[in-house]
Amino acid sequence: MHNIFFATVRRDLKIAYRNSSDLLNPLAFFFIVVTLFPLGISPSPQVLSGLAPGVLWVAALLATLLSVDGLFKSDYEDGSLEQILISPQPLFMVVLGKVVGHWLVTGFPLTLLTPVLAVMLFLPVDGIIALELTLLIGTPILSLIGAIGAGLTVGLKRGGLLISVLILPLYVPVLILGTLAVQAGVDGQSFAGHLLWMGSLLVMGLGLAPLATAAGLRISASS
Amino acid sequence: MGRVWSLFHKFASPKWFYEISGKLLPWFVAMTGLVLCTGVVWGLAYAPPDYQQGNAFRIMYIHVPASILAESSYMMMALAGAVGLIWKIKLADLALKTAAPLGASLTFLSIATGAIWGKPIWGTWWVWDARLTSMLVLLFLFVGVIALRSAMENKEAAGKACAILALVGLVNIPIIKMSVEWWFTLHQPSSFKLTEKPAMPPEMWIPLLIMVVGYYSAFATAWMMRIRVEILEQENRTQWVRDRVRTA
Amino acid sequence: MSLEGIGITCERDRRMLFENLDFQVSDGEILRIEGSNGSGKTTLLRIICGLFHSYDGDIKWQGKPISDDFAGYVDQLLYIGHAGGVKESLSPEENLSWLASLQDQEVSQKNIWEALAQVGLWGYEDVLCGSLSAGQKKRVNLARLFLIKAKLWLLDEPFSSIDVDGVKNLEVQIEQHLDGGGIVMLTSHQLLNINHAVRSLLLGY
Repeated sequence: MHNIFFATVRRDLKIAYRNSSDLLNPLAFFFIVVTLFPLGISPSPQVLSGLAPGVLWVAALLATLLSVDGLFKSDYEDGSLEQILISPQPLFMVVLGKVVGHWLVTGFPLTLLTPVLAVMLFLPVDGIIALELTLLIGTPILSLIGAIGAGLTVGLKRGGLLISVLILPLYVPVLILGTLAVQAGVDGQSFAGHLLWMGSLLVMGLGLAPLATAAGLRISASS
Repeated sequence: MGRVWSLFHKFASPKWFYEISGKLLPWFVAMTGLVLCTGVVWGLAYAPPDYQQGNAFRIMYIHVPASILAESSYMMMALAGAVGLIWKIKLADLALKTAAPLGASLTFLSIATGAIWGKPIWGTWWVWDARLTSMLVLLFLFVGVIALRSAMENKEAAGKACAILALVGLVNIPIIKMSVEWWFTLHQPSSFKLTEKPAMPPEMWIPLLIMVVGYYSAFATAWMMRIRVEILEQENRTQWVRDRVRTA
Repeated sequence: MSLEGIGITCERDRRMLFENLDFQVSDGEILRIEGSNGSGKTTLLRIICGLFHSYDGDIKWQGKPISDDFAGYVDQLLYIGHAGGVKESLSPEENLSWLASLQDQEVSQKNIWEALAQVGLWGYEDVLCGSLSAGQKKRVNLARLFLIKAKLWLLDEPFSSIDVDGVKNLEVQIEQHLDGGGIVMLTSHQLLNINHAVRSLLLGY
């Protein structure tokens, strides 16, 4: 049972590694979007440091969203999804494996890249620490919720924009908690409460999101 | 148990619903008209003006019931979805399908009247107030369900997919509301803060209560009418629908 | 043990694919689904797999509806679909190893290599599937028949894009499976040359 979880994570990591654009595009997207803000608004450190938490979180959210669209796409097209659905293994574990694989190639590297961008946006060090911690807990939630949308739309020819409409409203709590925690960090206040809330959202997501995703995949395969 | 079960399925059959709702509909229309007229006349013409807002507060009689109903209509939609998923009842799927646009319109009405109300009170059309923002996210959730439905060609699959999405939304709504509230209390500019008002006198809240009942009744009526249309469309090849159409 | 279909009725896009279809296959039997293009052969296989749900009627395995114990049913099922389930950026060995763990079966590297040798892919273990030809990819998929133990085989056009030797090899494997009491249901445009009676199920009006 755990076997299939790790086997799936390993498989998806291998695939991502061999299609390096899958790995690099979300990161490049993240970097470019963040770069647009100083160009579009102002290079002034005062302005940018105020915007930084929101800008970085929104960019991270969009980068995850755009990449999660393809989570089940190739499995759907090449028939792997059918094999997954008629496997005696628990679908929950396979889905969880795929989501973890997705996080390891998008959310996690994105979290590692963020300090560079945060410095470029003049976010104070305390804020960067809060940002890193919230991204570390928050980006897996984004992958989990995104997978629900990906599962529901995988059979549709034009799923790309639709998945944004389905999923972005559900990202609101993560965005709010994340940016509030960073703001608290910048203001020198404790953000442990925010992290705790985010942690409970993560636990809830781990338990429920793969169920909804699995149900969505069964429906998509049956249409 | 078996008998109860078959009874349940019989009552949930489209044909049965069509017949019963056909008998109930005139009563619902009459009640809706009566209650809404009473509420509107009382609220707009007879309720005393607010000591702070003057007559501007009267939009409350349109706004507040819409807000209350918008949220509960999402809940009803998601519950219909759950019933459809668990017991595989066709009628529940039709209920979900028809509730989505109704709920979205109510949410829109709530946001629009909220904005209009905001103009005399806050001086601007839009304020990033916690309740308005939550309503906006709720509208997005409704839009998502409608968009998913229209993107899927297979009707049966579309029904199940929308049910799952609605349930995911239902789980998220309290979390969204809570986080938006938290966000608002931390960002709230003091100038927008409404002072705690004294409790409403009965001459003000009784018409409000009547309006809420009227809205619910109007919603039920519209919902029923839309489900009836959907039933005719979906069952158009069954004998009873053909008979019905021929006699009509 | 047997697989049974009772009164299977399915319509797609307002077109009746099949109505009140009955069939039964028992141990050591093979059933070939025939019909023109678009007659619903693949849909029927997907219904039997439990992948497609918009139909009326019952699919029974050992006398019980498959949804009663779906995990127990698919445990005994091997489905080779149109799309191979073969990932281009993985090698045949990696593909088969993951597909075997999906089927909850422990296989060693040696087992995989033997299975690949059986379908004539000896020496291709580590080549990425993206650089294989269509026929070779199909063979990777078919190698599962030599690797994974399952009682019920559902094969969708197993002979397409396979050369003469490959077809012969596959026929032998199907014979052996039937000899061992296995059950096979397949769609195929070509006749099978095996020493078992092949019954037919004709779809379409």
